[in-house]
Amino acid sequence: MEIVALMKQTPDTAQLSQRMDGLKLMAKGGPRIVNPWDEYALEAGIRLVEEHGGVCTILSMGKPETMEALKTGLAMGGKKTKAVFLGDPKFENSDSLCTARILAKAIQKVGDVSIVLAGKSAIDGDTANTAVQVAALLGMPYLGYVVEIKEVNVEEKTITVVRALEKGRETVTTTLPAVLSVLKELGEPRYASFMGIRKAAKAKIPRWGAKTLGLSPNEIGANGSLVAWPDVSLPPVKDANLEIIEGEPDEVAKVLADKLLAEKVI
Amino acid sequence: MKIFSVFDHYEGDVDAISYETVAIARKLADANNGTVVAVIMGHDVSDMAQSAIHHGADSAIVIDDATLKHFRIMAHGEALLKLAQDESPDIILLGANSNGRELAPYVAAKFGVGLASDCVDLEIDNGSLLATRPALAGNVMAKITFKKGTTQMATLRRRVYPALEADTSRSGDISTASAVLSEDDIPTKILGLETAEGEISLNDASIIVSGGRGVAGEEGFAPVKALADVLGGALGASRAAVDANWIPYKYQVGQTGQTVQPDLYIACGISGAIQHLAGMKTSKIIVAINKDPDAPIFQVANYGIVGDLFKYVPALTAEFEKRLK
Ligand SMILES: Cc1cc2nc3c(=O)[nH]c(=O)nc-3n(C[C@H](O)[C@H](O)[C@H](O)COP(=O)(O)OP(=O)(O)OC[C@H]3O[C@@H](n4cnc5c(N)ncnc54)[C@H](O)[C@@H]3O)c2cc1C
Repeated sequence: MEIVALMKQTPDTAQLSQRMDGLKLMAKGGPRIVNPWDEYALEAGIRLVEEHGGVCTILSMGKPETMEALKTGLAMGGKKTKAVFLGDPKFENSDSLCTARILAKAIQKVGDVSIVLAGKSAIDGDTANTAVQVAALLGMPYLGYVVEIKEVNVEEKTITVVRALEKGRETVTTTLPAVLSVLKELGEPRYASFMGIRKAAKAKIPRWGAKTLGLSPNEIGANGSLVAWPDVSLPPVKDANLEIIEGEPDEVAKVLADKLLAEKVI
Repeated sequence: MKIFSVFDHYEGDVDAISYETVAIARKLADANNGTVVAVIMGHDVSDMAQSAIHHGADSAIVIDDATLKHFRIMAHGEALLKLAQDESPDIILLGANSNGRELAPYVAAKFGVGLASDCVDLEIDNGSLLATRPALAGNVMAKITFKKGTTQMATLRRRVYPALEADTSRSGDISTASAVLSEDDIPTKILGLETAEGEISLNDASIIVSGGRGVAGEEGFAPVKALADVLGGALGASRAAVDANWIPYKYQVGQTGQTVQPDLYIACGISGAIQHLAGMKTSKIIVAINKDPDAPIFQVANYGIVGDLFKYVPALTAEFEKRLK
């Protein structure tokens, strides 16, 4: 069974500090990681391959340093995974729909894909649009917030999953091929083995650009995008003015209760 | 200027974000000579139309069909898409709850229009939508601009814009439209639905009481939950507590959990890793209870208690029990 795992490289928010603010972190050359949510998607993909055979192709669109993220993925998945880098200066500044267009073309080029897996969102752009839009463009059913894959029926081409809703859980079935976005409960991502890391470091990863994918410049990048983000700034600093309340538990409770009732938050 | 404001509901109850969304649509319309059309999709939902108008819409369009009883992205998406194609609204707004964050990108992709997600502010600038949204887990703020001449879409984050009081003297046109897909055309079937009973979802809660590594075990959540209950709030947790299997994942607040913005957030025994702060630091008032005076949680807190949560949390519970009787 052909699986695709969509993976984005994102800034490493664990490096945020007084000196490394959000803007510095996002800037060129800042520390990068595999989007944490996408590790769960890849783990799900590897498990599906272990159960049903086939291969999981990791697709990542981004700047050249995205190669590092793909290698991290290959180190996790070993022989069960392949990777393709979707890189082209023409892709830069794509909004979520242009990004989805590029990914959709690449999925078609991989060919005969049964399940496309994505993370819940990318921790940088954080639109959570891309995977839904990939499904919409490919005309595939979309199942979001998946916490459990109950059954994949390869012959009948169906999949049954449990989705987390805000107020409950839903068991739902649909036809394959389908796009899924997964949550953490699906299973902890495995660690890369030492051998895996060594092999991945030497792997030759193909690059597909706009030409290879048959995309014209006016449907991708800043040209094709319908939204732009010309003004990105640091959020206003919250003036927290910490007030430490000291004393025995009973006294502290009285003082704090007075303050919270005065703040009208209770 | 015509603005669509799309309603969402769960098992017949309107999601509060729908009223917040129609309120901000009202603000944009009032400033720009516009009209607000509430769009309601579901089954047996016609009474929601009146309520939408009372909360700020000028008129409502109801698509009532058995296929729309539960949210299914394709069924709802195709219905909204057709309506948008027929009516060409200038702006389509949805609440950024889990359904809205699926429905909006689906329609935007099929309609070929731009979408700003999870916005905290919306204005009209030069006849065009200008959206403000956090990115990078709230560590940057971005202004989103739209290409002119097409419909513009946005989803509104919960609890950033207040709903209007219902005004029952407001009236307006209520019309109907049809669903697009028949049951046979919809590949996705819901086999079972299980509602989490007796719990307040983290998203809706105006008060959240959370526990972290400091609660030191599954039983340690009992006093935290008791405080949440007395305040009528929801229970939350840090990743450390979830990873230790003391509490299920759905309670996790933070970068790989939920982003919340309650009026009051009480952090018990939570050190305040940057990933946790990302999920809660925009709460209105933050109270931190921690043994370690250097814990980073105090950097975002309004009130701090340096001490043992097992002494202070029960004292707070007892105090509020008295006050809130
Ligand atoms: C500050 C800022 C604000 C932005 N605001 C908007 C906005 O409001 N609307 C908009 O349309 N665009 C916006 N963008 C652009 C958007 O970030 C990019 O289009 C991005 O390529 C995709 O969106 P995302 O990062 O939100 O990913 P999401 O849609 O959150 O990602 C969901 C999943 O899709 C997959 N995926 C996403 N990107 C890739 C990729 N490059 N390669 C492989 N898989 C991927 C991953 O599995 C990921 O987990 C913004 C960008 C910035 C920097």
